[in-house]
Amino acid sequence: MTRIPSPTVELHRETLSNGLRVVLSPDHSAPVIAIGVHYDVGFRSEPQGRTGFAHLFEHLMFQGSESLEKLAHFRHVQSSGGTFNGSTHPDYTNYFEIVPSAALERALFIEADRMRAPRITAENLRNQVDVVKEEIRLNVLNRPYGGFPWITLPPVLYDTFPNAHNGYGDFSELEAATVEDCAAFFDVYYAPGNAVLTVSGDFQVDAAVELVHRHFDDVPTRSVPVLPSFAEPLPDRERRHRQLDPLVPLPALALGYRLPDPAAGFDGYLAYEVLCAVLSDGDSSRLEQRLVHTDALVTDIGARCGLFGAPLDARDPDTLIITVMHPSNVDANRVLEATDEEITRLAADGPGPDELARITARWAATLFRENDRLVSRTMAIGAFELLHGRAELVTELPAMVASMGSEQVANAAAALRSDSRAVLIVEPANGSSGSMLDLATPGQEA
Amino acid sequence: MLHRSAEQIGRTELGPRPLPPLGPPRPSSAPAAVDTVLDSGLRVIAVRRSAVPMVELRLEIPFGGTHPTHPARAELLAMTLLRGTPRRDRFAIDKVLAAVGGDLAAGVDPEHLSVSGSALASGLEVVLDVLGDALVSASYATADVVRERDRLVERLTVNRSQPRVIAREALQRRRYGDHPFAREWPEADDVAAVTPAALRALHRRSVVPGGAVLVLVGDIVPASAVEAVASILAGWQSDHPATELAALPELTGADLQLVHRDSAVQSQLRLSAQAVPRNHERYPALQVANLVFGGYFSSRWVENIREDKGYTYSAHCGFEYTRYGATLVAEADTASEVTAAALLETRYELGRIAVTPPDETEVDNARHYAIGSLTIATSSQRGLTGHLATLAILGLDLDWLLTHPGRLQGVTTGQVAEAAAEFFAPSRFTGVVVGDAKRLADPLAALGGVELPPLPS
Repeated sequence: MTRIPSPTVELHRETLSNGLRVVLSPDHSAPVIAIGVHYDVGFRSEPQGRTGFAHLFEHLMFQGSESLEKLAHFRHVQSSGGTFNGSTHPDYTNYFEIVPSAALERALFIEADRMRAPRITAENLRNQVDVVKEEIRLNVLNRPYGGFPWITLPPVLYDTFPNAHNGYGDFSELEAATVEDCAAFFDVYYAPGNAVLTVSGDFQVDAAVELVHRHFDDVPTRSVPVLPSFAEPLPDRERRHRQLDPLVPLPALALGYRLPDPAAGFDGYLAYEVLCAVLSDGDSSRLEQRLVHTDALVTDIGARCGLFGAPLDARDPDTLIITVMHPSNVDANRVLEATDEEITRLAADGPGPDELARITARWAATLFRENDRLVSRTMAIGAFELLHGRAELVTELPAMVASMGSEQVANAAAALRSDSRAVLIVEPANGSSGSMLDLATPGQEA
Repeated sequence: MLHRSAEQIGRTELGPRPLPPLGPPRPSSAPAAVDTVLDSGLRVIAVRRSAVPMVELRLEIPFGGTHPTHPARAELLAMTLLRGTPRRDRFAIDKVLAAVGGDLAAGVDPEHLSVSGSALASGLEVVLDVLGDALVSASYATADVVRERDRLVERLTVNRSQPRVIAREALQRRRYGDHPFAREWPEADDVAAVTPAALRALHRRSVVPGGAVLVLVGDIVPASAVEAVASILAGWQSDHPATELAALPELTGADLQLVHRDSAVQSQLRLSAQAVPRNHERYPALQVANLVFGGYFSSRWVENIREDKGYTYSAHCGFEYTRYGATLVAEADTASEVTAAALLETRYELGRIAVTPPDETEVDNARHYAIGSLTIATSSQRGLTGHLATLAILGLDLDWLLTHPGRLQGVTTGQVAEAAAEFFAPSRFTGVVVGDAKRLADPLAALGGVELPPLPS
């Protein structure tokens, strides 16, 4: 069997007196550095009546700060030779810059300035509401399968507002957002003690630590909100929802299952990650082989952990999702039956040793590839540190996956029970009313 | 809960602070590399980049065709090339690749058949073996072809329902009419008619090494990697070279064409003009001019239609390179109610950059971005592989990549102004607007320069 090398990523930690956690990861393979800031607030924490607010606020963090006029953030990062972005997840919001190493101090300055004193104005808020609405038109309203399944599946599987609502937000609620809302949100959630700063790439640790202190030490200490629990009971029956979409040409299915709490042990969660690979990674995986090739029921099928397909990217509760695209002449129930048969078979027999070895090798290789992109590695380090207090996962995961036994994967398969899952059925709607689907009544029986 | 006001949050006692200067630049070091042409005519570029114990692979074979049904055969060939040989069926291929952490996937466009892959570096020979086996003796078994035919028809249906694909096909027709370059996706009827025998014939004629390039980047010793390629792909030979796509006509300016899409809530603006390719002496100046216009976030166009007006989420103008030339393509998606206004601003910015040239600060900012972003983009194995493959198609190499920062440094503000004036004149552009014609026709007619469709009922 192929020997899988162990990944090496150097990690150092600091905590500033204002509570900001700092992870430094030097790597001199290219003259580039990346900086990530992860704030411990995502769209699950946004208030009722303000759907989409966490993401809207992420946009506002680019609109200037005390030392940086509007547009200056973009210009300074890019004229230093770098790029930037941010993204909003269920449990956190991240920001990054990747720049040539000569711009290390400048990038730290830019992040510190907006952590200390962002400039929130009514004019910028209105402008970014318009931009976010265009983003939603682009990715959801004007597009077939828009928001499938990350927006459309959660309201079928979950009952509570934090877990079930649309993280992109309703237009009316985005439009209702005020400068006052922004100030309150920033003061509560964007405290330095509620964030992790990650610096990785081509720098000397001592010098970088000194620069981090220079720029972040005087971000005032503020109280850190108590971490909320978003726990809710498992569904007590299968929940089905049929969605008619005038834009889609082929039916699609999304199955949602609850994952175990990663805080109870990474192994318990990762068994499902291995299970997803056994089910759908490559032509020889169980669901591909059976549903795509042998039975020819579906065009494409995929299984993954996490709302956006990244494992360990959220706290509890988290979701395992199987998505399917199939021709109109195949009944959705046939797809469900074949899927359930394969899962049941796996629960009974577990994957074979060769199957597990292949998954271990491919999984490790995928992680190496991700880590080879400095910005991906930086964002993974920050997210793992923030959510799980364990930046080391970025190197430990392959060994954890490699140690997974057949029985653990079989047990995970046994837990994918049809009587506690969500099934979202998307079907083409004939007729050309351009309106999107009404998701105000989740859980409606198909 | 009590909190500060926005004004209080945005101010500190110390007040605004000065931006720290940049530190001394650290140049990238030139990696060990071999660039050679094998007896078969296959060019092999192998580069050592050892940050992770992986190897990336990219094969580009010129794959032009003139027959209207070529795209259907080409697409199906790409879908089935790696799906079975007399030695291994599709499941065995997947298993042997997975065992070395490997993946191989083929794709096709009007110019090239491409195979991309990666594996643990220790598995390079396994990946080459799978690839070589397919290049020499892909089976195109009837069952596989029939199955992939159905899947392709289904995927095409989904694809053609996507606004960006609809806009792309409209733009290609507007720019190139019936030229084979405009056929990026096959027609479903043509796909249904493709036979395994037709794929085998296309393979014999076109999956050939002469004129193709294979790029390998990773934790490898370049000379040994080239030897491995020469030995493992030794059986891949042909008595004729690969088929280049016929040269493209130069783009000329024309009215935009409004293309109706029923019930669209957002429109696609797609404007395009002839440019010069990377190996042209004026390219660096045009690259900088394009950045200032709309090639990055801090550009005039993005700052206007996104950050000032809120008309779009993303606007971008970039180069599209082909074997013989390059074009500029400007893209923005914008709500129906502001589409005409966004087009007006777009034309204004095109005209403005042509007659109000970028100043020294704009040029320097764009220049630094071009240099830095190239360093960043080529700092990963995958990024470097993609860049080298694209350059190789133009006959360029690693040396071009390493010397390009110097060319960008040498560009003057005057040269950028000249390039901006010549290439961005609004009259040089053609293109399409895809959206709900019932809502767009009147305001676009008022603006002028837009060819309207017959109004849908």
